[in-house]
Amino acid sequence: MAVVTTDAMTNAPQTRGNSKMAARDLNLFYGDAQALYNVDLDVVEREVTALIGPSGCGKSTFLRCLNRMNDTIDGVSINGKVTLDDRDIYDKVIDVVQLRARIGMVFQKPNPFPKSIFDNVAYGPRIHGLVNSRDELDEIVMTSLEKAGLLKEVKDRLASPATGLSGGQQQRLCIARAVAVSPEVILMDEPCSALDPIATAKVEELIDELRSNYTIVIVTHSMQQAARVSQRTAFFHLGKLVEVGETDQIFTNPRDERTKGYITGRFG
Amino acid sequence: MSLTFLLLAVALLCALSFVFGRQRAIALSGGRFSNLHSLPIHYGTYTALWCGLPALALLIVWYALQGPVTEALIINDLPVEITSDTGKLSLALNAISLIAADNGQHLNVAPEVVEAGNRLALLHTISNTALIVVLLCVALVGLGLSYRRIVADMRARNNVERIVRYLMIGCSAIAILSTVGIVFSLMFEALHFFSKVNPLEFLFGLEWSPQTAIRADQVASDGSFGMIPLFAGTLLITFIAMLVAVPVGLFSAIYMGEYASPTFRAWAKPALEILAGVPTVVYGFFAALTVAPFLRDTGSVLGLSVSSESALAAGLVMGVMIIPFVSSLSDDVMSQVPQSLRDGSYGLGATKSETIRHVIFPAALPGIVGAILLAVSRAIGETMIVVMAAGLAANLTANPLQAVTTVTVQIVTLLVGDQEFDSAKTLSAFALGLVLFLVTLGLNVFALKVVQKYREKYD
Repeated sequence: MAVVTTDAMTNAPQTRGNSKMAARDLNLFYGDAQALYNVDLDVVEREVTALIGPSGCGKSTFLRCLNRMNDTIDGVSINGKVTLDDRDIYDKVIDVVQLRARIGMVFQKPNPFPKSIFDNVAYGPRIHGLVNSRDELDEIVMTSLEKAGLLKEVKDRLASPATGLSGGQQQRLCIARAVAVSPEVILMDEPCSALDPIATAKVEELIDELRSNYTIVIVTHSMQQAARVSQRTAFFHLGKLVEVGETDQIFTNPRDERTKGYITGRFG
Repeated sequence: MSLTFLLLAVALLCALSFVFGRQRAIALSGGRFSNLHSLPIHYGTYTALWCGLPALALLIVWYALQGPVTEALIINDLPVEITSDTGKLSLALNAISLIAADNGQHLNVAPEVVEAGNRLALLHTISNTALIVVLLCVALVGLGLSYRRIVADMRARNNVERIVRYLMIGCSAIAILSTVGIVFSLMFEALHFFSKVNPLEFLFGLEWSPQTAIRADQVASDGSFGMIPLFAGTLLITFIAMLVAVPVGLFSAIYMGEYASPTFRAWAKPALEILAGVPTVVYGFFAALTVAPFLRDTGSVLGLSVSSESALAAGLVMGVMIIPFVSSLSDDVMSQVPQSLRDGSYGLGATKSETIRHVIFPAALPGIVGAILLAVSRAIGETMIVVMAAGLAANLTANPLQAVTTVTVQIVTLLVGDQEFDSAKTLSAFALGLVLFLVTLGLNVFALKVVQKYREKYD
């Protein structure tokens, strides 16, 4: 993967807080088809950044660049730069396994492993050797479930299979599973698209609570959701980042005509 | 000759009636097919089916009944001193049919029998001529009736589809009924065997030596029919085969499914599956002529005494034969594990092998167990390799270096060669076959249940 540094650094949009992650002049190709064009985006620490845009605009693809999940797909090539705490994550010295431990991910469809609830949450700590004793593991599992707001519902059946939970519970379990590795950033790819409104409300509430400890990037199809949970919003269109700014500003006073058209429902 | 001619004639009539039916439909439509209920081709097929099917049914019934009916007529006219004795009667009937077929000139038989033979020949000629006439009449009547029934709004398409459905039901009935028939014939012969040998002795006896006297005046042992050594041998060889096939098959499935590049996979997977296409007899002489001597020589170097027909040789080669079963079935179940689970694991920072060990393998485990059970039942029923490489000595041993024998090998040796058909020795083959069938049936049912249960989870 060729990593090209350009002078795009100087064009970086101005941000309020500390930039936790940043993409600079990022281009991505699926084979010959280009899916992302020169994306420059900063993710601010302990904020929720929402990525919105019509289907196929590249927002999920961009999200998957942030923890190198696109590495698992054949034929993807990337140029440009993505940094985490100012270190290039596509650098050869970076171990993708450790990187993904620092940047957790929650997927569109709840995907609990066909194991017990406990083992699902314990999966990350176990493979990364984060614990030395069973007590420590119990501790991590309990606090993660607590943080994901699931502990009350499942504490009596930690040994039962996770696939028996409801969709909303499964998604919160996936969040607990991500939290258990103590990541710095959590990426969420349309985490509520398979959930009913009540489960969605719970997950949104949870995202808001997690913001105090984690930096969150969320892809969403629902503009109401972006408005409710995020502090910053980025609008993607046809593989390009059209506009990024404070959520309030994007929704009340968008600068770009395309953003305005999308949020007022004229296309997309 | 006459049968071929008849079939050709019926086929010709069918073709003609197809053309007639189609023409009539076209004529009725007045040039616009939308005036018809169905397409012209359906009317054609309708008349062709009505012309051909009743004729074919008649043909089958006629041939089924011809033999018994003529025989009954002949017996009716034979003198009582022949018909009263079953032995004489069957001799006479043989002679009669020989004479009827014009092969009986050298026979020295009673004049009544010669006369009966000539009458049988006459009856056959009458029957065949009558068949031709009746058959062609039936075909023509079918043609005519169905032709006259064609009107513009006749539902020819629905009728044709109904007939085709009955044909398909008939075909599946043939498949199912022949399986049932095989099972029943096994069962009856086995019951016959159990009337001569105590079932408990058969099921739990520790000695197998089926040598019995062929004729009543011969001096020989009574034979002992304990199947335990055979099943022990079968299980020993199966166990060795699975020791080879399960790890090799599983690891190659994991490599093919998860690690191999698409180009490598594209030619390596079919290459592995070619192993399944090698005839078992080829594996057999590979086992008997290459592997077994190699093991014996290696054994003698190491100071072990290895029988030249060892369970180990047969088991190793059988294991190689089964590798493709295990690998392609487990590859299938592992590739059915949804991508979302892999993503979930990679997203938590798991490596490829951790993902396979902790997520994919456990999720696919029921399917893999099913695949292995299917492979086991295949190994238990395998015959050719063990016939050639495992030997005939029914040793009750767990030592893989010794010769053992299997159920299938014994069935082969019991039924090859001249045997009185109702001796315990021959009949024991059916009992062994029945037990073998029940064991593999049980394994297959269990394996399919396990696989199905797994399928329900993700679909």
